[in-house]
Amino acid sequence: MPDKPDRNAIEVVNVSKIFGSGEGRVAALDAVSVSIRENEFFTLLGPSGCGKTTLLRLIAGFDFPTAGEILLYGQDIALLPPFKRPVNTVFQSYALFPHMTVADNIGFGLEMLGKPKTQIKARVAEMLKLVKMEALAGRRTSQISGGQQQRVALARALAPQPKVLLLDEPLSALDYKLRKEMQIELKRLQHETGITFIFVTHDQEEALTMSDRIAVMSSGKILQVGSPWDIYDKPAERFVADFIGETNFLTAAISEMANGKARATLKSGATIEATVAQGFQPKPNATVVVRPEHAKLTKGKGELSGTVDNIVYFGTDTHIHVHLDSGELFTVRQQNTRSAGCGFEKADKVGILIGSDAAQVLKD
Amino acid sequence: MATAEEVAKAAERRDVRDRWLLSAPALLVIFLAATGPLLIVLVYSFLTPGPYGDVKWQFSPEAWIAVFLERDIFDDTLSAAAAHVTIFLRSIKLSVVTTIATLVLGFPTAYFMATRSEKTRDLWLFLITIPFWTNLLIRTFAVLQIIRNEGIVNSILLKLGIISAPIQILYTDTAILIGMAYVYLPLMVLPIYASMEKLDFRLVEAGYDLYATRFQVLRRIIFPLVKPGVIAGSILVFIPALGAYVTPSVLGGGKNMMLSNLIELQFGQGRNWPLGSALSIAVMIIVMVALLAYVRNAGKSGVRHG
Repeated sequence: MPDKPDRNAIEVVNVSKIFGSGEGRVAALDAVSVSIRENEFFTLLGPSGCGKTTLLRLIAGFDFPTAGEILLYGQDIALLPPFKRPVNTVFQSYALFPHMTVADNIGFGLEMLGKPKTQIKARVAEMLKLVKMEALAGRRTSQISGGQQQRVALARALAPQPKVLLLDEPLSALDYKLRKEMQIELKRLQHETGITFIFVTHDQEEALTMSDRIAVMSSGKILQVGSPWDIYDKPAERFVADFIGETNFLTAAISEMANGKARATLKSGATIEATVAQGFQPKPNATVVVRPEHAKLTKGKGELSGTVDNIVYFGTDTHIHVHLDSGELFTVRQQNTRSAGCGFEKADKVGILIGSDAAQVLKD
Repeated sequence: MATAEEVAKAAERRDVRDRWLLSAPALLVIFLAATGPLLIVLVYSFLTPGPYGDVKWQFSPEAWIAVFLERDIFDDTLSAAAAHVTIFLRSIKLSVVTTIATLVLGFPTAYFMATRSEKTRDLWLFLITIPFWTNLLIRTFAVLQIIRNEGIVNSILLKLGIISAPIQILYTDTAILIGMAYVYLPLMVLPIYASMEKLDFRLVEAGYDLYATRFQVLRRIIFPLVKPGVIAGSILVFIPALGAYVTPSVLGGGKNMMLSNLIELQFGQGRNWPLGSALSIAVMIIVMVALLAYVRNAGKSGVRHG
C-alpha cells in the first residue's frame, strides 16, 4: 500500500451532537475526535444507532454539531450550510432526482456552481465514462436498475470534484454479487480520482476489504481507529473484538508486561504469549481474545483442553465448538480439504494449541 | 368439442359482460346525476323562452346568438354583447387572480404542513379543513364583517391613524377577490400538501449537497416534483371560482356581476331560460378550453412523478 501523505482532509475535534432535551435527551455523538487523512479510504463502522450516520451528516452539513469543531483542510466548516462545503454525498437511497435524466442528475452540481455549459457537458461525459454509463445518459432515473442508480449517484457526487466524498451505506440496497462488484469499483474510483472517501457501513466485511483505515463506533463514541489489520488482529476493546469477526474470549492473569507484550496465564493453568492493547491497566482478571483461525485442535495435549460440542461445516472451512474444562466455550476454525473430514467427532476429548502470536489482551 | 381457445374466448366474453353489469349502478348514477341534467340544459339552450319562465318546445338559435351578440330592439341589427363580454372577462380575470392568490398563499402553507412532524401534521390538516364545517354563506358574511367600512380592518387602521376615512373595500372587485381567496384556499392547500407529503425530502438534502441554494432547491427540485399537486389545486380553485355565486353576490353587492349572477338573472327576473342555459354551456366550454391549455402547457416540461 502506498504511503498516504500526512495531511488531514477532515479533522473532527470534540464534536458532540445532542438530539432532544430534558428527559428525551440523546447524545448521538459524545465528544468525538478523529482525523481523516488526504486521499484516504476511511470507514466509519458500527451497528445502527452508533452515531456513524450522524457524524457523516455533520460533515455534510445536513445537521450542525451541538459542540466541537469540524475542520476541512484547517478551516472550520461546522456551521456552514451544505451548499457552501466542497463536500458531496452518496446517499443510502441514492436520492436521484426523478424528474431529471441521468446526465442532468450528474450535471446538477456543476450547474448549481454556475459552470459554463460546455464545461458541464464535458465533465458529465467524463463521469459517465468513469462509471460506465455512457449508453444510458438520456434515461430517466426511474428507468434504470438499482446498480445503475448507484453508479449515477456516485458520478453525480464526484462530478463537482469535491475535496471529500461521503458515502452513507451506499451498497446496502444491492444484492450480494453486485455489492462485491461495487466494492471493487469503489476502490478503483477512489484510486483514480484521488479524492478522500469517508464511507459509512455496518458491514464489517465491507469495511475490512475496502478501507485504508477504520473507525469502530458504538453508542456515540469512537472506540478504535486503525488499519483493517489493526482492528481485526489487535482489537483494543471487547466491543471491537466482538463486532468484527468471530472471537474467543478467555479470562487470564497478566504478567511480565513489556514492549506491548505480556504473558497471560489462562484458567487451565497454561501460559501463552500475548500482545497487549494500548491503555491496558494491570488487573487480576483480564480478557484475552484468540481468533478461531489462530488456534489449532489436537488429539493430544494443548494449552487448553475440552470436549467437542458441535461441528459446523461452512464449505471453505469447518467450525468446531469446544466446551473447555474450565467451563468456557471456544471455537476453532479449520480449513477444509477435499479428501478428508475434519478429523474430529462430537464428544471427542481434545486439546487446543494457541500459537505464540495468536492472543491479544483487551484493555477492558 | 370446445378448444382451449374457444373456452378462453367465452370466458373473456363473460368477463366483458360481467364488467358492464357490475358497473351498471355507477353508470346509472353518473348518467342521472351528471350527464342527464347537462343534456337537458343543452337542449333548453336551443328552445324558445316562455312568457313566464320555462321554455316553449320550439327550436331557436336565438339564445346562443344572445350570448355573444345584442339585437337592437328597433332595427334588429346585431352588435357585440358588450355587457356579456365584460362580465365574462371580469369573471375570468377574477378567477385567475384568485387562483394565483391562493397558490401564493397555499404553497408555503402546504410546505409548512408537510415539513412538520407526523403528529402535528394531522393537526394542521384538521385546522385547514375546519372552515368546511361552516356554511359558505356564513363564512362570506364573516369576511364582510371584517372588510366593511365599520369593520375590523378599517376601524383598526382609523384608530392607528394610518387612514383618515374608511377604505371602501366592500362591494368592489377586491372584496370579491378577498372572499374567494379565503373560501377556496383549502382547495389549493390540500392537493399541494398531498404531493408535498409524498416528496422525498432526501432529494432536498441532495440538492443542498450539490450546491443548490434554498431558492434553487425550491425552483429546481421541490416545485417540479409537487407540480401535479399545484395543477390539481389550480383546477380545483379556478373552476368553482369561475362559477362562484354566493361570494360575488354578498361581497360584490350585485353591482359587480359575475357569470353565475348573470346566469341566475336569466332564470329569475330575466325569464330567459334558454339564454341562461346557453350561458351555462358557454362557461363550461371556457373552463374546458382553459383546462386543456393549462394541463398541456404544464405537462410540457414533462413531470412524471411517483
